[in-house]
Amino acid sequence: MVIERKWKKWVYFYIPLTMFIVFTLFPFYWMTVTAIRPDAELYRSWRAPNATPFWTLEPTLEHFQGLLATTAFPQWLWNTMLIAIVSTIISLICGMFAGYALARLKFRGSEFLGTAIFVTYLVPQTLLFIPLADIIRGMQLGNTPWALMLTYPTILIPFCTWLLMGYFKTIPKELEECARIDGATRFGAMVRIIFPVAVPGILSAGIFAFTLSWNEFIYALVFLSSVEQKTVPVGVVSELIRGDIFFWGQLMAGALLGSVPVALVYSFFVEYYVAGLTGSVKG
Amino acid sequence: MAEVVLTGVNKWYDGHVHAVKDVNLHARDKEFMVFVGPSGCGKTTTLRMIAGLEEISSGEIRIGSRVVNDLPPMDRDIAMVFQNYALYPHKSVYDNMAFGLQMRKFDKAEIQRRVQEAAAILGIEPLLERKPRQLSGGQRQRVALGRAIVRHPALFLFDEPLSNLDAKLRVQMRVELKRLHERLETTAIYVTHDQVEAMTLGDRVVVMKDGVVQQVGDPMELYGRPANKFVAGFIGSPAMNFADVTIADAGGTLWAEATGIRVKVPPPRVAALRPHTGRRATLGVRPEALRLANGSDPAEYVFDAVVDVVEPLGSEILLNISAGPHALVARVDPSVSVKMHERVRLAFDPAKLHFFDQATESAI
Repeated sequence: MVIERKWKKWVYFYIPLTMFIVFTLFPFYWMTVTAIRPDAELYRSWRAPNATPFWTLEPTLEHFQGLLATTAFPQWLWNTMLIAIVSTIISLICGMFAGYALARLKFRGSEFLGTAIFVTYLVPQTLLFIPLADIIRGMQLGNTPWALMLTYPTILIPFCTWLLMGYFKTIPKELEECARIDGATRFGAMVRIIFPVAVPGILSAGIFAFTLSWNEFIYALVFLSSVEQKTVPVGVVSELIRGDIFFWGQLMAGALLGSVPVALVYSFFVEYYVAGLTGSVKG
Repeated sequence: MAEVVLTGVNKWYDGHVHAVKDVNLHARDKEFMVFVGPSGCGKTTTLRMIAGLEEISSGEIRIGSRVVNDLPPMDRDIAMVFQNYALYPHKSVYDNMAFGLQMRKFDKAEIQRRVQEAAAILGIEPLLERKPRQLSGGQRQRVALGRAIVRHPALFLFDEPLSNLDAKLRVQMRVELKRLHERLETTAIYVTHDQVEAMTLGDRVVVMKDGVVQQVGDPMELYGRPANKFVAGFIGSPAMNFADVTIADAGGTLWAEATGIRVKVPPPRVAALRPHTGRRATLGVRPEALRLANGSDPAEYVFDAVVDVVEPLGSEILLNISAGPHALVARVDPSVSVKMHERVRLAFDPAKLHFFDQATESAI
């Protein structure tokens, strides 16, 4: 009986979980190994007798040094961080108010508005970047961080609004009714009671918005042109692929450094993130 | 001084659901008034209109000397306790209770004094630093009460505050609520679907059904003189027995007749029932107005029945009996010994018979 259960636990739990972890983490491992592999080893044939494709015997930091010394990578990192934070803040503020309004206020056309906001989320960026480029040029924001800080919210606000609307709906409305009887206005009840209770939802919307801005490629590619304005994803690709030469070591070093802030943000808030997406408030 | 007066209050939802119909009520100063009725009867909507959480479609609501129709909830000088307690989950018990006072800009020392005082009354002083999720259901209930009483409002509103508690705790909190009201001497309006709660707590009880007030009265009045068949059946447990009868005139004496039951209309009721002669009516009799007959009972108040089920409850015995097509419940003395399927003879208490018009269902 006990033996059978152990056997089942392996088949249904440990083995699938291990496969999943390997599948998920292997690209990161590959990226790391490539980033610290010396060039000689990197370009060695797989069939060479001393080939070690899955690990390296002589780890080196030369690619990191090259990345930081020869490219504007620190500047890209700073640009990306600034743009991601500003566009996340803009999107969160708009999303919180819009989500609250759609969840709680009854007004003419509220359902239509909710659907309309959702539909804008479904329009692909590849379709939007052309008209947006025209607007950006018209406002003379091209090649400035504002080009991205103001266009990222066009995708992020619908997402934040919908996530937060769903979260606000799970909060018992008696909470704010009670606050209103206790002496708060509707706005006061929203700010003092509903927002603090919705922190898990707000954080997960924020993390998602941040990650999306951090990784965004096409707008960043189109709206920014000079090297020192670029973001990490665009900078790494455009400056480390010269002609048909791929600087694999530096590319991977850049990708690794670029993913560290996102991973840190995730690991700090992972509990809130899960609670936010599963939407659980206990009164 | 805070009486509550509702005059011609109506509530329409989306223009076609008439949830509350022309309600006129007067809760006196310091009175504990209970709204009771089945779900969907409009009692909670009425309460929420008094609180200002629902707009009223027409009519007037007055609290004390002020018409509050257009006042927001915060300006009505009320406190409300919700069914799910609605404690602020991110605030400690102390901050939950202090919130209303902080919003009203009381100074710190006064807030501290009032919260401590309320906590002492409710026996929750050791819990002040905890968060709501660390409390049991009964403790949360007390915190919700505490949050209401620290404000010293003119009016308390309770929306089924005991429904989420288990049966034993509910009985205990019921007694505490009554004691609390005695001590605070503040007008209170309390909504419940539980008629026992309504009867035990209310100075006066408002029975509602389908958005219409059926009867307003003190508990014994509702029980002894229900205004219609709905109130008669809703108040009291086990419920009042009903039988469809025909009022017949036999040589000047009125009789209520049905298959298996024939009972003389008691002399004091004859005048009222005379116009119904030859018509159908509903006879109502409470379980305790039925007892096993002995030799001295007058024959015109006695009928034969068969015992279907015996429910010995200790302090009393409930007999489920059938007389012809009628299934009735009798509440009898625990010393009585009867068995299932036994034939028994039962007597009505003639002073406790109720008659209802079949068309209007109102008491005759």
